[in-house]
Amino acid sequence: MEEKKLLKGNEAIAEAAIRGGCRAFFGYPITPQNEIPEYMSFRMPEVGGVFIQSESEVSAINMVYGAGGAGARAMTSSSSPGISLKQEGISYIAGAEIPCVIVNMVRSGPGLGGIQPAQCDYFQSVKGGGHGDYKMLVYGPNSVQECVDIMYTAFDKAFEYRMPIMILGDGMLGQIMEAVTLPPMKDFSNVPNAEWATDGTRYGADRRVVNSLYIQPDDLEAMNHKLFAKYDVLAEKECRYEEYLCDDADVIITAYGTVARIAKSAVDMLRASGVKAGLLRPITLFPFPCDRFARLAAMPNVKKFVSVELSMGQMVEDVRLSVNGMKPVEFYGRCGGNVMTSEDIAEYITKEGK
Amino acid sequence: MDAIIVAGFGGQGVLSLGQFIAYSAMYEGMEVSWLPSYGPEMRGGTANCSVCVDKSPIASPIISAPDTLIAMNMPSLTKFVDKVKSGGTIIVNSSLITVKVDRDDVNVIYVDANALAIEAHNPKAANLVIFGTYVKHCGTLNKENALETIGKIFAKKPKFIPSNLAAFEVGYAL
Amino acid sequence: MAIVFEKPKMLTDKPTHYCPGCTHGLAHILTAKAIDKLNAKKVIGVAPVGCAVFAYEYFNCDMQEAAHGRAPAVATGIKRVIPDAIVFAYQGDGDLASIGMAEIVHAAARGENITVIFVNNAIYGMTGGQMAPTTMIGQKATTCQSGRDVALNGYPIHVSEMLSQLQGPCYIERVACYDVKHIKQAQKAIDKAFQNQVEGRGFSMIEILATCPTNWGMSPQDSLKYVEDVMCKVYPLGVYKDTTKEEA
Repeated sequence: MEEKKLLKGNEAIAEAAIRGGCRAFFGYPITPQNEIPEYMSFRMPEVGGVFIQSESEVSAINMVYGAGGAGARAMTSSSSPGISLKQEGISYIAGAEIPCVIVNMVRSGPGLGGIQPAQCDYFQSVKGGGHGDYKMLVYGPNSVQECVDIMYTAFDKAFEYRMPIMILGDGMLGQIMEAVTLPPMKDFSNVPNAEWATDGTRYGADRRVVNSLYIQPDDLEAMNHKLFAKYDVLAEKECRYEEYLCDDADVIITAYGTVARIAKSAVDMLRASGVKAGLLRPITLFPFPCDRFARLAAMPNVKKFVSVELSMGQMVEDVRLSVNGMKPVEFYGRCGGNVMTSEDIAEYITKEGK
Repeated sequence: MDAIIVAGFGGQGVLSLGQFIAYSAMYEGMEVSWLPSYGPEMRGGTANCSVCVDKSPIASPIISAPDTLIAMNMPSLTKFVDKVKSGGTIIVNSSLITVKVDRDDVNVIYVDANALAIEAHNPKAANLVIFGTYVKHCGTLNKENALETIGKIFAKKPKFIPSNLAAFEVGYAL
Repeated sequence: MAIVFEKPKMLTDKPTHYCPGCTHGLAHILTAKAIDKLNAKKVIGVAPVGCAVFAYEYFNCDMQEAAHGRAPAVATGIKRVIPDAIVFAYQGDGDLASIGMAEIVHAAARGENITVIFVNNAIYGMTGGQMAPTTMIGQKATTCQSGRDVALNGYPIHVSEMLSQLQGPCYIERVACYDVKHIKQAQKAIDKAFQNQVEGRGFSMIEILATCPTNWGMSPQDSLKYVEDVMCKVYPLGVYKDTTKEEA
C-alpha cells in the first residue's frame, strides 16, 4: 500500500480517475474545481491520455460524448453553472448509453451565484437535469478518501451500466486537504474495447452507431423502459448509505457530503447534552436510500427527521417521499455559500424539539 | 485533538503554515483536515485556513471555536480572537500586531516572527518561525517529526531546507 | 460488360429520405467515394442535427449522432482517443454556422485532424424553411417572409472566408454541385480534405453550396440554376486556405 498523501479533494479525484483508468479529460475553467483540469493537463500526457481545455462546457461534454462513444474512459468536471450548460450533452449521453463520469463541485446559485460551497444542484443531479426521462448514478462523497474510493470504481460502474455517473461534491470538498491512501493504477491495456463502441473498425452489417434518436414512438418508449430497468437494478444493487447512532434515536438528522460531517459533530454534541440524535448519510443520492428511511420512520423511537442541506431544501423532498407521512420531516439549511456549524445544527434541533 | 485557525494576509504563507501542521500530523499517523478560505480574498486580501488534527477521524472540518489561533496580522486577530476556546492558545505575530490580547482565559504567545526570520537569515520564513513555536507549545506534534516534515515538503528544493530548519529552530526556542 | 458506375462501399443500401433534387445525396456520394479511396482500416463519422440527421443510416461505417451543432466537438473527442481513425463530421448550415459556431471555430483553431463536410443550402431544411445564418439578403424564408432584411436580421455568414482567417486550419475550399464540371471539382476537393487527414495535416473543411428545392419553392432544375446564378455570386467558389501549398 502506498504511503498516505495529503491531497486536495480536486487533485485526489483527478489522480483517482487516472488510476481508475480515465484516459480522456475535457474541461473548461470554473471555480471551485480548477485544480481538476489543471492536474489533468500535466498528468494525462504522463499516462498517454488525452486532455483538452475546450472552448465551453457545452463543447467539453460533447467531446466526452465522442470519446466515450468510441469506448474511452472519458470524463469532465465543472461547477454548477457549467453543469447547467452540460445538461444538454448529459441527456444525449444518457440516451445514447455512453459511460462517462462527470464531477460537479457545487457552488451557490442561482445564476452566476457565488463561488462558495453549496448543495443547490441536488435536483439537477438526481432528477435527470437535462431534457427527457433519464437518471444518473449520483454519489455524494463526504471526504477526500471517499472521493478517491468512489472515483476509482466510477468508470467500472459507468461501463457496467452504460450510463453517465455524477460525483456531486461541493466547494469545500474540492478545496479541503486530507490524508488519503491512493489505490494502485488499473491496467486496461489488454482489455478489448466495449462491444458497442464506435472504434471505427467495422463496416456494413457489423457497424456500430452511437445515437439517441428514436423517431418511432414505440422504439423510443422501449428505449425509455430499457433505461428505467437499469435504474431498478441500480436501486437494488448500488444504493449506499451510512448510519451513525440511529438505533435508539429520537431525531434522525440526514445530510450528505461535507454537511454530513458537520452534522455528525452535531449528533455528538446533542448526545452529550442528552438529546438522542442519529445521522443517516446517503452516499448514493440516486438511487436514494428510500427503504432505509421508510424502515427508520416505522421505528417507534424515531420522532422526526431533519434534512440538513446547503440549499433552500432539495433532498428534503426525497426524504419526505421516502418517509411518506409516517413521521414529520423538517428542514434546516443555509445557502448563498454560507455553511452552518455543528453548533447551528445542534441549536436548531434543541430549539425545535421544545 | 487540536482545531487550529491560521489567519493573515495572502503572501504571509498562512496556507502553507497550515499545511506544515497538517503534513506533520499526517506523518505522525494522525487524522487531519486542512480547509482553506478560497476565492477572491486569496489574491492579496486576508487568507485563512482551518486545520483539524485528531487521533480519530475528523467529523466537521469547520472550526467555529478553535483550540489554537495563529494570527499573523491585526485584522485576523480582531476577527478570530473572541472565538478561541477558553483555555486555548493564541500565537500572535507581534511583528505586525502591536496590541496585547485582551483576554485572560487563554494562553497567549507573542512571537516577533518577522524579526526572528531575518535573524535566521530567511526573511520570508516568518511562517516557519511560528511553526516552530506552535510545535513547542501545542503538545500535539513531535519536534523531530516536524523537522523531517520540512525536509519532505522541500525535498524538491533542497537548498531551502537548512534555512527553513533554522527558522523553525528560532521559533521553537521561544 | 464494363462497370461504369458502382455505389460507393461507404454507403449503405438504405434509400435516403432526401427530397427530389436535394444535393445531400450527392454530397453523401462524394464523401463516401473519397473515403473509399483511402482504404482506411478505421473510419468513424459524426452526423448532425438537421436534414442529414439520419446520415448515420447512410454511411456504411461506425457512426455517432451528435447534438445540434456539436459535431466538431464529438469528432474531436473521437479523433483524440483513436488518432489512427479517419474521423469526419457532416454538417448543415444551421448546425455548423449558427448553433454550432463555437464548436467549428475552435475545432478549426485547434487544427483538429478531422474532415468536415459543410453543406450550405442557405436555409433550415428539416424544420421547414426558416432563415439560416447563411440565408442571403433578400432571400425568403418562413421566418423572414419578405426576404432577409439586414436591418432586422443582419448579414449572412461567410464561413469559409471566416475560418480561413484562422491559423489552425489546413485546407478550406468552397465548391458547388450544379453541373458535372463542378461536381468533379467538388470530388477533388473532398478527396484532398480526407487525404490531408491521412497525412496528419490537420483541419480540413469543404463547404458545398447545395440546393433545397422544397424550401426554396423551386424545381430541381431551377434550384441548380439558382446555385449557379445567385449563390455562387454571394458565396464565391474557390480555395480559401491551403497550407499544403505553402509547405510545397
